[in-house]
Parts: sequence; structure tokens; C-alpha cells
Amino acid sequence: MAGPGALPLQGWDWLQLFGHFLLLSLLSVGGALTTAPEMHRYLVLQHRWLGEAQFSSSITLAQVAPGPNILFVALLGWNLGMNSGGPVLAMAGVVLTLTGILLPSTVVTHLASQWGHRNRHLRPVRAFKQGMAPVVIGLMLATGWILARASQAGSPGWPLWLLTAVTALLIWRTRLHVLWLLAAGALLGILGVV
Amino acid sequence: MIERETLPEAPPGPRSLADLFLSFTWLAMQGFGGVMAVAQRELVERKRWLTRAAFVEEWAVAQIMPGPNVMNLSLVIGGRNFGWRGALAAMAGMLTLPLLLVLLLAVAYGRFGQHPAVARALRGMGAVAAGLILAAGLRLSGGLKGHPLGGSACGALALAAFGGVALLHWPMPFVLLGLGSLTCLATYARLDP
Repeated sequence: MAGPGALPLQGWDWLQLFGHFLLLSLLSVGGALTTAPEMHRYLVLQHRWLGEAQFSSSITLAQVAPGPNILFVALLGWNLGMNSGGPVLAMAGVVLTLTGILLPSTVVTHLASQWGHRNRHLRPVRAFKQGMAPVVIGLMLATGWILARASQAGSPGWPLWLLTAVTALLIWRTRLHVLWLLAAGALLGILGVV
Repeated sequence: MIERETLPEAPPGPRSLADLFLSFTWLAMQGFGGVMAVAQRELVERKRWLTRAAFVEEWAVAQIMPGPNVMNLSLVIGGRNFGWRGALAAMAGMLTLPLLLVLLLAVAYGRFGQHPAVARALRGMGAVAAGLILAAGLRLSGGLKGHPLGGSACGALALAAFGGVALLHWPMPFVLLGLGSLTCLATYARLDP
């Protein structure tokens, strides 16, 4: 189901998409989710290949399912393919986006981890490790913010913000298991509280 | 973040490529809302592939390098043991089964997603998912206290990155490269040689 106003990808669009994900891969410091705001800007706002709801449901489904969060990228690829034709293109989209986002970072990280391990006492290595920390944390918070905004699509309301804030507080401060909170979120949604 | 530590004698590592693949599959399948929380428990406490100190060290590398943290962690651990083939086996373990599951979920969602109850449930879970990521950022921010630039400067820098991307919608790469190179240089200046 294409989101409202989503445009299909044609020909060169796929190559452009692949190139953009290759580039994002190298910039995905601090985890794949820090690139989510950029993917949102590129896929939803700039090209309108994905609807707002499709973007946020991709991230939510990947978070709800077991496994690394990076799988949201596979779902973005899936939805791009479904918008452009059907299941065959959707599988191609999965392969394209997942390969794009993983290939360059894997090569770089493998080589750098070997090198960094041997040189971990050097001053530039320590400066890089510590210097990136505040920026990486700011980007993670930005991702949370953009997701919270995306979940408001359709019918915004303060109870939803409250749910996000309470979740953040509980996970930050307690050892409560994530599954309880996801179940609570689903239940509150079904009951129409949020 | 990481003190100089001498690693004690290497603990028993993975036995084979198949062992790597299956172990990381098992690890990934336990990770609801992200794998990081279970990775430490599974790899350090249960399997004893890594000491705690070594885990922290690998985690820092995984965190700093481009790529998803937990994928990087699996690739670094696999690579340390069996080179390239180990890195690929570990990453394949992390991805294969969870990818199949999440695609099944997407197909089911495509079929039942319009059902109002499903849409509302997902809306609630989406708000929770956003909170999970905010919490991860807040948790990590605790580690900024001992930062060479000082806690308040770090807070301001994190806020600047947040504001640029979340509120002003600047492209993330500019923020990362621009602000990041500034903080790295400032940190370099503050560190003991």
C-alpha cells in the first residue's frame, strides 16, 4: 500500500538511491538509527518515494521484531519496491538498501578495528573516540525526536508524547524489560488512550 | 572512555564459523527493541568469549566506526577470531533469520495494517520505540561526565547536534562532519600526549 502521494522509483532512481545509501553507510557513526533523520529527509521530504506513515511503520516494525535495528533499512527498501511495482521489486529493494547501508561501513570498520586495536594508546585514536561522543549522542536524541513526531502523523495528541517521555524515563532509569513497554504501548493504542 | 588496560589471557573464543553464525543468530533473536542489552550478557557472561574489559573496548570501536553498532560488534568479534570469513559469518548470523522474520511481519502488516486496531497498536508502539531511542541517548550521555571537554560543554554540543538535525532539519552528514571535526580537534588539544 503506497502512502498518500508516494512516487514510484524508475530506472536511474534506483542507482541514485543505492549511491545515497553507500554514502550514508560511511556516515552512519553511532549506529544506523542516527542516519534515520537523513533517510527521512531524502526519501520522504525530498523525493516523496515513501509516505510518512510507511517510514515510521518501517522503524516501528523493525524495533518490535527481534534482531538488529538496522533491519528498518530493509523494510524501507521493501516499501520502496512495493510502491514501485510489487513483491519482486520489493525484494530487490531489500537487497539494494541493505547492501548499500552495510557494505562500505563493514569494509572500513573491519580494517579500522584491526588498526585501531594495535594503536589504541595513540593520542589521535583517543581524541577521535572521545571527541565524537557528544555529537553522536545529540544525533541519537534527534532520531528519537523525529520518530516521536512521525508517530504523531494522522492524529497528534499529548498522550502520545507522554507515552514517549515515560518510556524514555523508565528505560533510562529502571531495568524494566522493553517487551513490557511495547506491549503496554500496543494496548494503550488499541484501547484508544493514545 | 577506555582506560589503558592489559587484557588478561584470551578467554575461549568461538570454535568454528558455524559456531559464530549460530551464536549470533541466537543473540539477535533475543534482541527486542535492539540487541545491545543482551549482547554483553550473552558474550561475556554466558559464552565467555570476551572479558568485560575487552567487551568495553570492542564496543567503543563498534560505537565509533560507521555502521550499526551491534553489526560492527559482531564483525569485530568474528574478524578477531577467523578474519574476513569470521566477520561475514557473524554478520550473516545477526541478519539472516531476523530479516526473514521482519519481512514476514511487513507482509502481514501490508495485509492487516489498515485494520484500525493494528494501526492504533502500532501507533502506540511507535511512541514507545521513539522513547527507547531517546533513553539510549540519555544513557550514553551519562558517560560524558569525565569527558576532556567537560560535562557542560559536551551537553551544549549534544544539544547543538540535536537542534540542527531535529529542529532545523539540517542534513545529518554536515552536522556530523562539521561539528564532529570541531569536537575531535578540541578533544585532541585537551588530551595528554
